[in-house]
Amino acid sequence: MEFRTISAETVTAAVKKLFMDCNYFIGGDILCALQKARENEASPVGKSVLSQIIENNRIAAEEEIPICQDTGMAVLFVEYGDKICIDGDFDEAVNEGVRQAYRDGFLRKSVVSDPVFDRVNTRDNTPAVIHTKIVSGDKIRLTAGGKGFGSENMSAVKMLAPSYGVDGVRRFILDTVFRAGPNPCPPIVVGVGIGGTFERAAQLAKKATFRPVDTCHADPRYAALEDELLAEINKMGFGPAGLGGSTTALAVNIETAPTHIAGMPVAVNICCHAARHAGTEI
Amino acid sequence: MIKRITLPITKDSVADLNAGDSVLLTGTILTGRDAAHKRLFALLEQGEPLPVDIRGELIYYVGPAPAKTGYAVGPAGPTSSYRMDMYTPALLDRGLKGMIGKGARSREVIDAMVRNKCVYFAAIGGAAALIAKSIKREEILCYADLGTEAVRRYTVEDFPCIVAIDSRGNNVYETEPLRYRDESILPCDVPKP
Repeated sequence: MEFRTISAETVTAAVKKLFMDCNYFIGGDILCALQKARENEASPVGKSVLSQIIENNRIAAEEEIPICQDTGMAVLFVEYGDKICIDGDFDEAVNEGVRQAYRDGFLRKSVVSDPVFDRVNTRDNTPAVIHTKIVSGDKIRLTAGGKGFGSENMSAVKMLAPSYGVDGVRRFILDTVFRAGPNPCPPIVVGVGIGGTFERAAQLAKKATFRPVDTCHADPRYAALEDELLAEINKMGFGPAGLGGSTTALAVNIETAPTHIAGMPVAVNICCHAARHAGTEI
Repeated sequence: MIKRITLPITKDSVADLNAGDSVLLTGTILTGRDAAHKRLFALLEQGEPLPVDIRGELIYYVGPAPAKTGYAVGPAGPTSSYRMDMYTPALLDRGLKGMIGKGARSREVIDAMVRNKCVYFAAIGGAAALIAKSIKREEILCYADLGTEAVRRYTVEDFPCIVAIDSRGNNVYETEPLRYRDESILPCDVPKP
């Protein structure tokens, strides 16, 4: 079997560029959604907030400075080809890319080593959260995002019984968004993971926040649920920055997976309007 | 109408502010967030003096990104205020005049604001690059070991914010969403099995 060798430096350089890019340049899908929201926003204050967010994103891109001071915890989804050989440690190559991006890109170091007792800043924003999946092929596909914790803190997982049905799923998602209220920097992107196990649902929800907001679930029933939930969330009235208005969310993205006969896990991962993600292939 | 305020904020200008007012602040403000609040609160609990005089000051909940070469400060938008709620009443009772942050506050914070005639401003979360344009200078005052969470003094010019909760306890996070809430909204409580 032929293997393709990739240097650890190549991985590091790709990861570094992804984290700098995603923190400076908002995605075209988010920008379009923000502009459309500004046209349709019912509140004058909400319209003004959306204008300031759009202007902020323009300044960040033009000057190559972070959109938000919370440049996030580094999260990567990796599709790792089974015909790849790395001349080094893959996770270390990724973390080195994160280290360099946050140092050379003037990004904020927001990670503490121990969650409860020490809480000492690691000063280089490592370690990254790396989700690796082995796929066939000789390429590495990287999708990276800097996840801010203002919105991460508003996220939730619930193990619903199958008897709850779609109504239970709907209520849990709406309940989570309602409880978050003005805190997660609306307009938000709501990532939902349904199915799998406890941790798979959460991982799917994160993946859903990385999906462009102008896409929908492949199954028309879930796509309809995404639309319905978005409309319901925008009736809540929180509005841009939570100061009141008709744009509380830009999108609801649902990802699904097979699950156990006894369960229906649902995870809701909330992302702020600075929904930063970027992808590349090596 | 936009109200311009020169800092330090006076008792009269706090009294003149109403929830929902757009404001531009000029002068100096303090910064501090989770870790600094924890330390300041611990000192108050022990009856020790604070390393920075908070009387009459506004504190901005921010952990800035580093300043790019050639810039005075890095991007610096507000962080969620609720995480400071358990420390805030003690600081207000000791003379802090107000806070700048984003998002809801607890009943205890609002009561302490009314008791001490203080104001809570909201800055726009996620507009860090834009907000940094109104911050002209920074100086680290204490807790430099906390990095981004160190306590700084910012010199600001026309720093844009909105009065989120005024000194009488009027709260835009309570009143404004209701004006845009559609009562036909589906129930969102999860029933018991």
